[in-house]
Amino acid sequence: MPTIRFQLNGATVAVDADPDQALLDVLRGRLGTTSPHFGCGAGECGACYVMVGDRAMASCDMPMWSVADKQIVTLEGLGTAEQPHPLQRAFISEQAMQCGYCVSGILISAAALLERNPSPSEAEVRAALDRNLCRCGSHNRMVRAVLRAASEMATS
Amino acid sequence: MSALSPAPKLPVSLAANPRLSSWVKFTGEGRVAISPGKVEIGQGIVTALAQIAADELDVEIGRIEMIRASTAASPNEGVTSGSLSIQQSGRALRHACAEARQRFLAAASERLGVDAALLAVEDGTISGPGNVRTSYWELAGDVSLDHDAIAGIVAKSSATRSIAGHSVQRVDIPDKVFARPRFIHDHALQGLVHGRVLRLDVSGARLIALDQGAARAVSGLVAIVRDGGFAGVVADSEAAAEAALKALRKGATWSAGEALPDENDLAGFLRSQPVETTVIDTKAAATTKATRTLRRQYTRPYIAHGSIAPSCAMARWDGDRVHVWTHSQGVYLLRADLAIVLKLPVEDIVVEHMEGAGCYGHNAADDVALDAVLLAKAAGGRPVRVQWSRHDEMSHAPFGAAMAIEIEADLDADHEIVGWRHAIWSNGHAARPGRAAQPALLAASEIANPYPRMISTNPSAANGGGGDRNSVPLYDLPAWTITSHRLLTMPVRTSALRTLGAQGNVFAIESLLDEIAALRGEDPIAFRLRHLRDERAREVIRAAARRAAWKPEKRSGIGHGTGFARYKNTGAYCAAIAEIEGTDEVRVRRLTLAIDVGEAINPDGVINQIEGGAIQATSWVLKERVHFDRTRITSTSWADYPILTFSEVPAVDVEIIPRPEIDPVGAGEAAHGPVTAAIANAVYDCLGVRLRDLPITRDKIIAAMELAS
Repeated sequence: MPTIRFQLNGATVAVDADPDQALLDVLRGRLGTTSPHFGCGAGECGACYVMVGDRAMASCDMPMWSVADKQIVTLEGLGTAEQPHPLQRAFISEQAMQCGYCVSGILISAAALLERNPSPSEAEVRAALDRNLCRCGSHNRMVRAVLRAASEMATS
Repeated sequence: MSALSPAPKLPVSLAANPRLSSWVKFTGEGRVAISPGKVEIGQGIVTALAQIAADELDVEIGRIEMIRASTAASPNEGVTSGSLSIQQSGRALRHACAEARQRFLAAASERLGVDAALLAVEDGTISGPGNVRTSYWELAGDVSLDHDAIAGIVAKSSATRSIAGHSVQRVDIPDKVFARPRFIHDHALQGLVHGRVLRLDVSGARLIALDQGAARAVSGLVAIVRDGGFAGVVADSEAAAEAALKALRKGATWSAGEALPDENDLAGFLRSQPVETTVIDTKAAATTKATRTLRRQYTRPYIAHGSIAPSCAMARWDGDRVHVWTHSQGVYLLRADLAIVLKLPVEDIVVEHMEGAGCYGHNAADDVALDAVLLAKAAGGRPVRVQWSRHDEMSHAPFGAAMAIEIEADLDADHEIVGWRHAIWSNGHAARPGRAAQPALLAASEIANPYPRMISTNPSAANGGGGDRNSVPLYDLPAWTITSHRLLTMPVRTSALRTLGAQGNVFAIESLLDEIAALRGEDPIAFRLRHLRDERAREVIRAAARRAAWKPEKRSGIGHGTGFARYKNTGAYCAAIAEIEGTDEVRVRRLTLAIDVGEAINPDGVINQIEGGAIQATSWVLKERVHFDRTRITSTSWADYPILTFSEVPAVDVEIIPRPEIDPVGAGEAAHGPVTAAIANAVYDCLGVRLRDLPITRDKIIAAMELAS
């Protein structure tokens, strides 16, 4: 099996992997990075999203060969309790979830959006999160949280 | 009037589990362990229960550690369902903590030589006049909570509570935001291996032959398991398990399946099956002076729970004993079914809860636990995690039951209601494990000595009913007959989905009331208020109307509608007003709701539940329907079973009617029925057509408009 190198949350990792294996498998399996969640395996729900560069993408159907030399960021790399990303702070402030299983993917979509567009409108936030499914109905809280984070980032 | 008041009784969960120490313990340095039998399913219950405990004990909420339910030690509170957790677990904990506090105050009084009435508790420190002090933890050695609770303990008055009644932040959210593993899917057990189960999506097909050759060759395979029609693989990685399953599938031979009904004639199917008929309620009128009868049929399709996470469980055998990790809503009930299938005493099985994604009722959580237990038998003592695929979750998990509801309303010359007959045809709405002599778990019907597949039944009226839930109008109508026909066949597997039959029944009742109000030329809010005597019911309707500035001026392309229910006729009161825009397709722009749950332990938690319920109901109404052909479920992906997305979600505005003096009830299921009806009634207001068959899709609107023109 070839060795595939990529950046994961700022650190270089090298894994021997089947080039067709899904990134999500490798993240959750060997690398123990469990924030990207399995939801559908077909790129239809967003629970497994990771940032590739400044784009949020499904990792459940992303083959390992395509990851080589890429910058991958998961929720683990967004911030910590000690040094939270504004989005993490905002999701707590807005209590923006119920079960929270989709939240990792949604935070990744939101972070990617804010990288590309630091002051999105509400409609732009909704459009950016449209590929992420939430079944509990916490959408409006999440949208408020993303707007709150954007405004906090603009004034800091 | 008699001056005697009834003898004080323990809250129901405490009566069933009276030992105080099973609910509350003072542990370690300055910690309190609170152990409810109810489980977190994303509804925020552990936070609300922590608030209740912190308040009664007078400790900071940060000192409280909420223990996950486990059959090893937790109180048995049955199932976390029916919006009953605050009612059952909350009241039990309030009582248990109040009694614990009283016992500690008595001990402190003795130690400090101060009358207990003069002692105060602040964050667990007990102090009195003359600067004397001790604490729960100092006294923990002297005070045993290994006592049965006594009735008649008086908890704090609502005015003196400082934590319950406030919007405390949820205790589980930081973990979920900072990627700290909390879900069963993420939990790393030493030596964990991965299992997958072989199932065919053809309804009723049974595995009859299996060539294991190709699967045996898969690298990383640990075991292949076959027990009659049940088969699966265990492998050392998820990828290897998937590969082995794929190979195994190629070697499988299946029996022919069983026919499914015509998905385009659900009412015809439901109304032609053998049924068990129950008269739910009758009320006779003094006289009948009907001049006209409106007869309407309302239907709703099968609806998927659609959890974002496919169901998952872990199991590990140690000799003849097994430990199970599950996101089941009822650890004891699951254990009971596992004991039947495994022919083991319940003492040899530990079932421990671990969070999963929101389930919204009985999905495959329990099924996958038995899958894991069966596969783990072949794993040589290593723990096995089984996670279903999306396809399996959408094919094999139970669905919310389809319903056909017919109401006949007798009207007098003024179009006042003088008679009302409501009949329901539906499969039962509950087939949860642990309640019958036979197991309800999927694999139990697949193994070598299979149990029959369980046909869903309905909870009793005393427990809120099932298909008949909310079928008895809360309105003051002069006469009615309510009848429930439960199907005795079950080609499509059904069990509890949020609200059971209430969503369908409220949709039907509130739609027809709206139609009758329109026939009379009467405002639908005024019409409802005129037929309601319950002041709490009237107040939520008035509050929603005020908040939505009812009735907004008529504008082209915009419609408004309302719906109301008291969940189960005993729970939370909820009124909804929908604002929609529509031509041939409907978009819900705004939902305005008023809710009365009695005491709101965590007001933001209540609002979160109502918002979520309103949005989920909107998704059900506009988009959701399980599809099938005559052999299999075909809506097995999110592409085939779309749900409401961020850009389609309406604004939701919620007002809580403050009732801190009234015992609290749950909020999780209050919004679905009222929102469903409000949207349907808004469609009529907007487009002039009544849509009585859910979901309300573009095709159905066009058909209804053509019929009307």
